[in-house]
Amino acid sequence: MTLLNIENLEVTFPLRSGSVTAIRDVSFTVDQGERIGIVGESGAGKSVSAFAILNLISKPGYISGGRIEFDGTLLSELDESTMQQIRGNRISMIFQDPMMTLNPVLSIGTQMEESILAHRKISRAEARNIAVDKLRAVQIPSAQKRLKQYPHELSGGMRQRVVIAIALLTDPQLIIADEPTTALDVTIQAEILELLQNLCNEFNVGLILITHDLGVVSQVTQKIIVMYAGAIIEQGDTENIVTRPKHHYTRGLLKALPENTTPGEKLNQINGVMPTLQDIPHGCLFHNRCDMVKDVCRKVQPNLQGIASHSVACHFPISYEE
Amino acid sequence: MTEQVLLVRRNIWHRVQNSAMYYSFVHNRTAMVSAAIVFTYVLLAVLAPLIAPYNPWDLTQFDIMDSEIPPIGSVEADSRFMLGTDAMGRDMLSAMLYGTGISILIGVFATCLQLVLGVSIGLIAGYFGGRLDSFLMRVADIQLSFTTLMVAIVVLALFQATVGLRLYEEFAIVAIVLVIGLAEWPQYARTVRACVLAAKKQEYVDAARVIGLHPFTIIYRHILPNTFSPLLVISTVQVANAIITEASLSFLGLGMPVTKPSLGSLIQNGFHYVFSGSWWITTLPAITLVILIVAINLLGDWLRDVLNPKIYN
Amino acid sequence: MRNEMTLVRTQKLFKYFNVSGGLLDQLSVQNGRLKRQVDLVKALNGIDLSVHSGEVLCLVGESGCGKTTVGRTIMGLLPPSSGEISYRGERIDHLSRSRLLPYRQKMQMIFQNSYASLNPRKTVSATLLEPVRFHNPRHSTAELKEKVKEVMESVGIDPKWGARYSHEISGGQRQRISIARALMVDPEFIVADEPISALDVSIQAQILNLLGDAREQRGLTYLFITHDLSVVEHFGTRVAVMYLGRICEVGKTSEIFGAPRHPYTQALLSAIPKLGKQKSPHIRMRGEVPTAIDLPSGCVFHNRCAHAKEICKTDVPELKNESSEAQVACHGIEHSWF
Repeated sequence: MTLLNIENLEVTFPLRSGSVTAIRDVSFTVDQGERIGIVGESGAGKSVSAFAILNLISKPGYISGGRIEFDGTLLSELDESTMQQIRGNRISMIFQDPMMTLNPVLSIGTQMEESILAHRKISRAEARNIAVDKLRAVQIPSAQKRLKQYPHELSGGMRQRVVIAIALLTDPQLIIADEPTTALDVTIQAEILELLQNLCNEFNVGLILITHDLGVVSQVTQKIIVMYAGAIIEQGDTENIVTRPKHHYTRGLLKALPENTTPGEKLNQINGVMPTLQDIPHGCLFHNRCDMVKDVCRKVQPNLQGIASHSVACHFPISYEE
Repeated sequence: MTEQVLLVRRNIWHRVQNSAMYYSFVHNRTAMVSAAIVFTYVLLAVLAPLIAPYNPWDLTQFDIMDSEIPPIGSVEADSRFMLGTDAMGRDMLSAMLYGTGISILIGVFATCLQLVLGVSIGLIAGYFGGRLDSFLMRVADIQLSFTTLMVAIVVLALFQATVGLRLYEEFAIVAIVLVIGLAEWPQYARTVRACVLAAKKQEYVDAARVIGLHPFTIIYRHILPNTFSPLLVISTVQVANAIITEASLSFLGLGMPVTKPSLGSLIQNGFHYVFSGSWWITTLPAITLVILIVAINLLGDWLRDVLNPKIYN
Repeated sequence: MRNEMTLVRTQKLFKYFNVSGGLLDQLSVQNGRLKRQVDLVKALNGIDLSVHSGEVLCLVGESGCGKTTVGRTIMGLLPPSSGEISYRGERIDHLSRSRLLPYRQKMQMIFQNSYASLNPRKTVSATLLEPVRFHNPRHSTAELKEKVKEVMESVGIDPKWGARYSHEISGGQRQRISIARALMVDPEFIVADEPISALDVSIQAQILNLLGDAREQRGLTYLFITHDLSVVEHFGTRVAVMYLGRICEVGKTSEIFGAPRHPYTQALLSAIPKLGKQKSPHIRMRGEVPTAIDLPSGCVFHNRCAHAKEICKTDVPELKNESSEAQVACHGIEHSWF
């Protein structure tokens, strides 16, 4: 069943040098309990796409087109107060830096209780019980004791666990995680990713995982969306994207990974840089970095074409012989 | 060669026009108006000897018969004295033009002295750290715990008493600049030190150390230029503060003498006549002073907003 | 032909940071008595490391393990608390600034944050001119400018960009300029502190290739500090794994990645996210990372190690030669428990 349906989303930032469209024509769906990943370089529009769902785009940006439907309600038409009932309640967020979510001067327990009480009319004791439950769910040892601790008393990995526990407090249907493990060490990252994946399975929560790390995404998600210069250029099942990428950019990214190169040899780099939003090229967004560029690529922008399990925006997609 | 120079000039102008500061300035009416006011004040003060109808420092030009003539617009006004005269028959317009000059002069020079002292001490304390830093900052704390006005009153009163009024009148301006300059250096020292501590953590300073540069070269070439923005902001505020301090001192009779009046001395000078109906002698310089201070402060506020990296970007 | 000469060597390198603030912060009243307590972060606890000429030695470990401190101490940005650092056999850790100058031309550093490592008030060419001009004061400006142009071209920056300021340039290009600055004095040895971790994926490969090219063309030696193990496998010739200020394993990259010996190395390598392998069976370590203030006794890893025995809690394991190339600091391996 479709939980989130985004159609032709467009976000604009009016700047002094003229307005800039941060994302264009972004459409995707998330099913109940489905885990999808949005991958891209910084400035590709992955965070903006996710924040737009909760209308959390930083000013002066605004949603300039498209519709966002969540579980039957049109989010793009909600007023701020109704939005607040959904935000942090039915859709939760996890940020890169746990300290963005955690208030340094309040104990973990107080913060967790208040997050529940903001959305539910229950007693403080009941809220406390839920908090302990969720701390156990994220495998924090001696959960009862942690309630009295302050964020600075916890290690980075523990803090991110607490943030995940807070995200789970109100039994949301969807979690949006923006680079949740980028600030963490590899060993802790592996634990947190496994935890996220298990929790989403267990509670049937949808997950949108935003990251720049293809390795991370491929381990956790079922679907991957690849963004480039504000648009989706390829999307599909994780397996398809990782093993049979159709877009030259996606393939370039995968081929550039050190693990896909013989040690000691030169990495297969993609030359050039992603165009900034101020100078989006005509035609295909990727044409000035693409090896396979043809005339038509410089003139006509390709549309996303294909089936749900794999679609690509490229005039000359890579084909694979079965 | 000249073409190159022209090109460079055009480049600089181009850079200025494209800068965020220029953009913000052009789109901020408050900033433009206050800058215009400050500029006008400075211009008038500089041109005072040329445009003032009389020389207010020349006692021979006053006539006691002309005393307390109200500004034009009143019934008893005299067309020779646009803004009226004071109790000695001195032309108010001329006195205010010269007085503005003295006030601005004291403000700027006192601030320059603070700047030189504060920046040097702040850079040294911040870069070298440790005991030297602790010592210099404690000195700054002690200095700050005495208000400028208090220090100034004590020092100037002593100075006046020891050298006598005659000599005092001659050296008042130097004494005031010295006192205000010496009393307020910690403002700069603290800000600069904070900037240095922040800059020291930046990797470009490490890179400069890896090159092997001498610490003073690093301070001068890499750290100092990055303290300019906050210095510019404090400097505007400090000029306004120095002008006010000088005005307060003059009002207490410890500032500029009546023979070479600043705006503050003019206010003090006319204060006795407010109740006798000659309101203009004190009110006009007071309004002049207030407008100047407000304009400088608004300019400072704008600068702070523009240069603050947290708000901008 | 590989010259196996030791270029940089650290011996018993210790570095403690005092984090207890001023004297007043250190004093506290305990049981009616005034006590002075000094908190030390024990960042490095006896680092023995040799960088051979021509190699890429990768220093890996998790945040807080002291890997950056090793690099900064070698570069003289931090004075060591004790221990020795030598360059081509000459001790350099106690030299004054002026006597260190000859080494400044041979040893350079590339920093992680390309925003912070370029002075925002300087143009690109001013940034690049500074090191050569300083070390070659007698050269004419024209010669120096020629050199700047040459290096800029070699790192793939259009020399026309010399007039730009760092904020006008993208992250990848800034990192190229940082690399160019290090190359300006023609060094032999470069400490690269996480040079690609702040960059976008498609740019990382470009910069890594650039570093590789520079090494080939100039015969550079790198101490490459990183937490990204997949990069290490690709780029490093040898790897040193650090944990809490100690080195637990050193060896050839292929050997370490093929058959890690130390339990910590094993856990670390198992955690690398690999493409497409859902649920990689990573080794979970027990407990939490101890802080560098309360360093565990004996082996620093003992409270997280699945194989720990009594001796691990009391005795510090030494780095022992396993083969001519590999060294491991572990009681278990020394006494063949596992």
